[in-house]
Amino acid sequence: MILLIPLAIVVAALVSIIVLAIGYGGKDVALLLGKALALLSILSVVVLSLTWVERKVLARIQMRMGPMRVGPYGLLQPLADGLKLLIKEDIMPAWVDRPIYWAAPLAVFVPSFLVWVVMPFSSDLVLRDMDLGLLYVLALSVLSIIGLLMAGWGSANKYGIIGGLRSAAQLISYEIPLIVIAITIAMLAGTLNLTEIATGQGNTWYILLQPLALVIFLLAGLAEVGRSPFDIFQAESELVGGPFIEYSGAHWSIFFLGEYINTFLVAALVTIFFLGGWSGPLLPELAWFLIKCYSVILVIFWLRGTLPRLRIDQLMAIGWQGLVPLSFLNFLMVAFALFYEWPDWVQTVLSLTILIGASTFVFMKSASKKVRPTVRLIPAREVRRA
Amino acid sequence: MTESKRLESVDIMVNMGPQHPSTHGVFRMVLWVDGERIVEAEPHIGYLHRGTEKLCEGELYPQIITLFDRLDYIGNYNMELAFCATVEKIMGITVPDRAEYIRVILCELNRISSHMLFYGTMGLDAGAMTPIMYGFRERERIQNLFEATSGARMMHNYFRIGGLREDPPDDFAERVAGILPALARGIEEGDKLLTYNEVFLARSRGIGVLSGQEALDYGMTGPSLRASGIPDDIRVIEPYSVYDRFDFDIPVGNNGDTWDRYAMRVEEMRQSLRIVQQALEQMPDNGPIKAAGVRSIPRPPKGEVYFRSETPRGEMGVYLVSDGSDKPYRLKVRPPSFANLQALRPMLQGVYIADAVMILGSLDIVLGEVDR
Repeated sequence: MILLIPLAIVVAALVSIIVLAIGYGGKDVALLLGKALALLSILSVVVLSLTWVERKVLARIQMRMGPMRVGPYGLLQPLADGLKLLIKEDIMPAWVDRPIYWAAPLAVFVPSFLVWVVMPFSSDLVLRDMDLGLLYVLALSVLSIIGLLMAGWGSANKYGIIGGLRSAAQLISYEIPLIVIAITIAMLAGTLNLTEIATGQGNTWYILLQPLALVIFLLAGLAEVGRSPFDIFQAESELVGGPFIEYSGAHWSIFFLGEYINTFLVAALVTIFFLGGWSGPLLPELAWFLIKCYSVILVIFWLRGTLPRLRIDQLMAIGWQGLVPLSFLNFLMVAFALFYEWPDWVQTVLSLTILIGASTFVFMKSASKKVRPTVRLIPAREVRRA
Repeated sequence: MTESKRLESVDIMVNMGPQHPSTHGVFRMVLWVDGERIVEAEPHIGYLHRGTEKLCEGELYPQIITLFDRLDYIGNYNMELAFCATVEKIMGITVPDRAEYIRVILCELNRISSHMLFYGTMGLDAGAMTPIMYGFRERERIQNLFEATSGARMMHNYFRIGGLREDPPDDFAERVAGILPALARGIEEGDKLLTYNEVFLARSRGIGVLSGQEALDYGMTGPSLRASGIPDDIRVIEPYSVYDRFDFDIPVGNNGDTWDRYAMRVEEMRQSLRIVQQALEQMPDNGPIKAAGVRSIPRPPKGEVYFRSETPRGEMGVYLVSDGSDKPYRLKVRPPSFANLQALRPMLQGVYIADAVMILGSLDIVLGEVDR
């Protein structure tokens, strides 16, 4: 079963080579292979660092030290974890649907890896500067739903099936606001090329023009990758891991890899769309890009340490009643602004107004605002007398 | 030929437990779900049955204290008190004041540590990871005190029929007084973190509602009953030990939903702190810790006695039949969690799967006393 990891790596590398080769006319296979492997190793390092950062950040929130034993400040803990996962016994229940069960980790991991072929890390550090980069990213990121459904179905487990169906419902609902916001950004930038979207912002980052879009995009992105408080398809307190319930060892670690790559993808997209990509003074571009990405990721981890999980109906309500209409409103606003060539500050004001309006509306309607539940205190003296 | 196959939809059966992270032990629920909704739920218990009641018939009275430690393993002192007070009641023993106050202090601190565990697991059930760490920080302070007092962090075996096993450490009062401010801060901090959290409110308000009458019908007691609006607390309505000397409030809920059951416990922790504070002030500095003239292996007179006390989970009743020998003829335990658990089934009908975990968590069961 340990073969799954090399298999996944080979498949991911091969497909990415194909994607790359289309752009280069298939000239130099060795170069393409080198590029694909470089991308794979970079992503592995990123994932390892993310697990360490997540554990440390959560530990800080929870007054713990986090990993401290393996290496200085537990820096080698991710390696130890990885090793442990590799040498772990891989348990496969006898009644699983084998082909689907085997293919599911691949179906989650390969698309999430392939997205990175077109993701720019700085203005000149990109494997393939694709003109339709945005479309490519959106198209591939949707594919992971299939993998989750396959995992839930293939493992022939009721928790897995419920988790798989939940993930399908959740991802499809939140895909809509995500794509609409991406379209908005494409309209603003006038291009689908990710590098140009980032460089085109200059000094007016889109966070200044579109704070509303940033909030919608980040929330939808969180739901998309199933991070807390939208982690209902994994929901360890009820579904005990959802689609991944029957996976262990190498199988599980492939899912895990895919999850973290996707989390990093959301952070990278937020950075490119709203935070001006790699622009910044003094430091090299790559450093700025990583700083911004990790800042977004810190926010994601912070949310995880703070919030309880939503219920499925509440999650759907937020998606369809909140984010979808708001994203369309935002889309219309940008369309008008671009057509009538309104100045930038009008966009900012409008976006902020809608954001504050929506937040106030939610706040006024919120459960804590409606009737604040209280506890009555009856003095023991009164009860004794009675 | 238009007769096409109708797509049939059936409820699927989901087995939750006995190995499941959110069933608080080895509890098993069989849920029939229609999509995300629970149609029917069937609780199964008995996975932790150890035959405690029968075991008691073969043990000497002092030995039974250790068995009671293992009933509600989160509220050990309260369990020991329930048994010791039962035997004291049938034998007519008056426990020295100092021992009573130490018992009350330990029991109330135990209540806080039990509720702190509840607070943490409630957060986990709702999907928040952080509260349990805050809960365990406060538990740790209390556990350290317990360890200093009895030598054990759980299963203390510290109360004796007629008093206590031995004197607590010389600086017992100072130690208790020392952790009280920290505990008060910790309770407020935890309260701020979870109680009025928007997501938590949305998850727990209006879920698993039980009216006062229903709760009474199911024989619920303790915080779960008080959440439904009935101010029923054995410490007040039928005071035992020295509970009639303290001034505190009984928290009572307005709706009887999951949030109310949660909030009861948070408020009870504050009230327990008040009791400990008063007990510290009233406690005599020195004096005997064991009633004089009680033999180490007592032989209660022939007869029957029922004693009930308020544990962190509700009314703990012990019914003792003595035939005059050094072992009980029959000992029946009326555990609070067992009765509280009865209300689970009706509460689960029609709720979401995610709510089932919250509702079960809000009942705060301990399988050790459910199964005995």
